[in-house]
Amino acid sequence: MAANADISSVLQEKVLDAIAQHIPMRIVGRNTKAFYGRADVSEPLSVAGHCGVISYEPTELVITARAGSSLAEIEALLATQGQMLPFEPPYFGAQAEDTLGGTIACGFSGPRRPYAGSVRDVVLGVKVLTGKGEILKFGGQVMKNVAGFDVSRLMVGALGTLGVLLEISLKVLPKAESEKTQVFSCDVQEAIRRMNAWAGQSLPLSAAMFADGQLYIRLSGSHAGLSEACRNLGGESLAESDALWSSVRDHAHVFFQGDSSLWRISVPPATPLIDISGSWLIEWGGAQRWLKTSMASEAVRERVAAAKGHATLFRGSGLQGPQGQIFHPLSPALMALHQRLKAEFDPHGILNRGRMYADW
Amino acid sequence: MLSFDKQTLLAALHRILPADAVLCETEDLRPYECDGLSAYRELPMIVCLPHTIEQVQAILRVCYKMQVPVVARGAGTGLSGGALPLKNGVLLSLAKFMCILEIDTANRIARVQPGVRNLAISQAAAPYGLYYAPDPSSQIACTIGGNVAENSGGVHCLKYGLTVHNVLGLKVLAMDGELLEIGGATLDSPGYDLLALMTGSEGLLGVIVEVTVKLLPKPERAQVVLAAFDDVVKAGAAVGDIISAGIIPGGLEMMDNPAIRAAEAFVHAGYPVDAAAILLCELDGTNEEVSEQILRVRELLQVAGATQVRTARDDAERLKFWAGRKAAFPAVGRLSPDYYCMDGTIPRKRLPEVLKRIAELSAEYQLPVANVFHAGDGNLHPLILYDANKPGELERTEEFGGKILELCIAVGGTITGEHGVGVEKIGQMCVQFAPQELAQFHAVKHAFDPQGLLNPGKAVPTLHRCAEFGAMHVHKGALPFPGLERF
Ligand SMILES: Cc1cc2nc3c(=O)[nH]c(=O)nc-3n(C[C@H](O)[C@H](O)[C@H](O)COP(=O)(O)OP(=O)(O)OC[C@H]3O[C@@H](n4cnc5c(N)ncnc54)[C@H](O)[C@@H]3O)c2cc1C
Repeated sequence: MAANADISSVLQEKVLDAIAQHIPMRIVGRNTKAFYGRADVSEPLSVAGHCGVISYEPTELVITARAGSSLAEIEALLATQGQMLPFEPPYFGAQAEDTLGGTIACGFSGPRRPYAGSVRDVVLGVKVLTGKGEILKFGGQVMKNVAGFDVSRLMVGALGTLGVLLEISLKVLPKAESEKTQVFSCDVQEAIRRMNAWAGQSLPLSAAMFADGQLYIRLSGSHAGLSEACRNLGGESLAESDALWSSVRDHAHVFFQGDSSLWRISVPPATPLIDISGSWLIEWGGAQRWLKTSMASEAVRERVAAAKGHATLFRGSGLQGPQGQIFHPLSPALMALHQRLKAEFDPHGILNRGRMYADW
Repeated sequence: MLSFDKQTLLAALHRILPADAVLCETEDLRPYECDGLSAYRELPMIVCLPHTIEQVQAILRVCYKMQVPVVARGAGTGLSGGALPLKNGVLLSLAKFMCILEIDTANRIARVQPGVRNLAISQAAAPYGLYYAPDPSSQIACTIGGNVAENSGGVHCLKYGLTVHNVLGLKVLAMDGELLEIGGATLDSPGYDLLALMTGSEGLLGVIVEVTVKLLPKPERAQVVLAAFDDVVKAGAAVGDIISAGIIPGGLEMMDNPAIRAAEAFVHAGYPVDAAAILLCELDGTNEEVSEQILRVRELLQVAGATQVRTARDDAERLKFWAGRKAAFPAVGRLSPDYYCMDGTIPRKRLPEVLKRIAELSAEYQLPVANVFHAGDGNLHPLILYDANKPGELERTEEFGGKILELCIAVGGTITGEHGVGVEKIGQMCVQFAPQELAQFHAVKHAFDPQGLLNPGKAVPTLHRCAEFGAMHVHKGALPFPGLERF
């Protein structure tokens, strides 16, 4: 039996106490993503106990669950109905103990993202505990809803700096009847060119990446449709491909081993390889690229910005890590707006302070 | 009493814009007095028609300094009064921003000015086999800036998403004239998801001056199946059957008998006029996949009790089937001097009871209703037929419409799926949201526009307004704002 408990009033009390005593807090699920963002050593506010699926309606394509729910349990439940989370969430916890709330707060999506949408795309509504200690609901459980500003999606990737996620409603999709992966040997520039050319054609793509001189293309759809598409694409078919995609998704692939800093580079997908020495793994049809390099942060950011992209220091250490600048610097106008928004949700600055950018 | 002097303002605007781009004579202002919700009208004080970002910036700076409210306007097709002018404000038309700045085929994006029409983007992308997916029925007229401001949908959004899913970047001017670059040509951007916040913000947070959209490859094949039913409930159930079978159609639309008749009389789409409801189900993708799905969907529809199932013979017939659906509003408009278009979303399974209740209300108010329904995603468009020249009929229509919206909330849905709150549904916002939630919306607005000069009075009601509204209504069984003074 999956755990099920509503501790929202306990959490609310804790936030109200923190406000009264001016004690900043860091929101913690199962601590599987503590590496991500800037370091925060304040008092933990554990939301793992706030868990359970509240409703799941397969024909409505909607699931609502508490933030502390196990992501793996949610995916297992959806699978019983032949459905899935379209954004293919990564698991960074050693035992896949990742929570739904942490995934939403970090805004993490996996290999299917460029073709089926991101985690933020499927968020339909949230219940959130703000830094004012108020429990508020935004959005809802329906596919289309434009009543009020889209605060639900604003929470995605906000790293808990605007509020404690309590409940999240997500759009789910049917799983494809089958999936196939084709492999091609080519160089990186050719791989980037092909991934983008194919993305511009009517093909049932569901993942595309380049690693170690190999281009991997995953297709999802009906058996007949896939045979046709594979014939058109060519390449060799790869057996047991699920393991490959999940290893890249969860950073278990050999590329991600070792201690060097890991950068996540987001660029327009057809951007040719950027001139930064190091090793690259290219995902999302070229739109998300992983980089291991010893180059200084400023230089990395400069070259990525010149390619109209942005760079996140995904994993690092010391000043080139949790003590330093993790996310791409914002323009002064945008930074000021971020600070004003933060102040409107968390006026006392008690939630995940400094996790995203220093000072707030 | 105005806090500013109109002549000083006009002089300042004339220094920014050529003479013919500043309008203030009544006959020149008249075309701007309303948007697609023509029951609400107001002449603006001044209309500005800039054509460069610098001009918009200068206009905003003047208005900011002089504390003049500003309402942005695209094509004025909005259906909730979002672009309704203010009599002491500037109406800022983005209609002259009509350039497609770039079609980047390698990255499959288009960078366009806000006044570009929705359909024009797909037309410009067509030579490359690409298109812009959200296709509101108003797509020949409405602008991309308006689409972003409303987070507009279309008949293909179940599979391809709403505007929010198809926009990658925006250039926005804040009320003080500051240029904000939000997102860009990448799939994500650092910091908060301001792109989501701006999309659907109804002109309250900033003026959109450039938009970067995603382009998708045209599917190899698209086919439409038309199914007729002798009962709307059966048609509704069939929608659930298709989705349960793991099929996400490119489009899945439903029309009831009055809507079918109206559309058929208007565009001769070949609809069965005696059906109680029809479903239009479009399947798209690769050739093989579509062939397979057509067979399965036909079978599912037959099992669900369809009295007739027809697959469009060719692309011409497919477009004809859609033409009827896309012309449904104007078609219904021909039946009656006026019509009022509602826009609630409901969990799909509640459709039978909602339709039944709408029919009861229709009898009660003695106002006919035609229903058009984005069935796949639960977005309902009841069209109430009325005659504004009959005394009291508009008021009755609005009351009836309000009841429908509250019904949508009661079954777990929302008061607006794609048309926005504007001025129209501002009262029902008090029913859908608790006071603290509304206060948080105002707080978000405050972060962008601390003086409250952008499109004031729209989209988010003041608590004072809710107290007035609440005097007649109750919120989730309890009187709203017990702490507030009653009127
Ligand atoms: C016959 C008909 C059919 C329709 N069908 C659909 C449909 O299928 N789906 C759907 O979603 N809608 C539909 N609509 C509604 C309407 O077309 C959309 O809301 C559309 O997006 C409005 O675009 P517009 O350019 O006309 O905007 P306007 O009506 O001019 O403005 C709408 C709102 O956007 C703001 N705004 C406009 N431009 C900007 C800008 N550059 N910066 C900031 N704010 C701005 C305005 O202030 C206003 O609040 C339909 C309308 C009609 C009349």
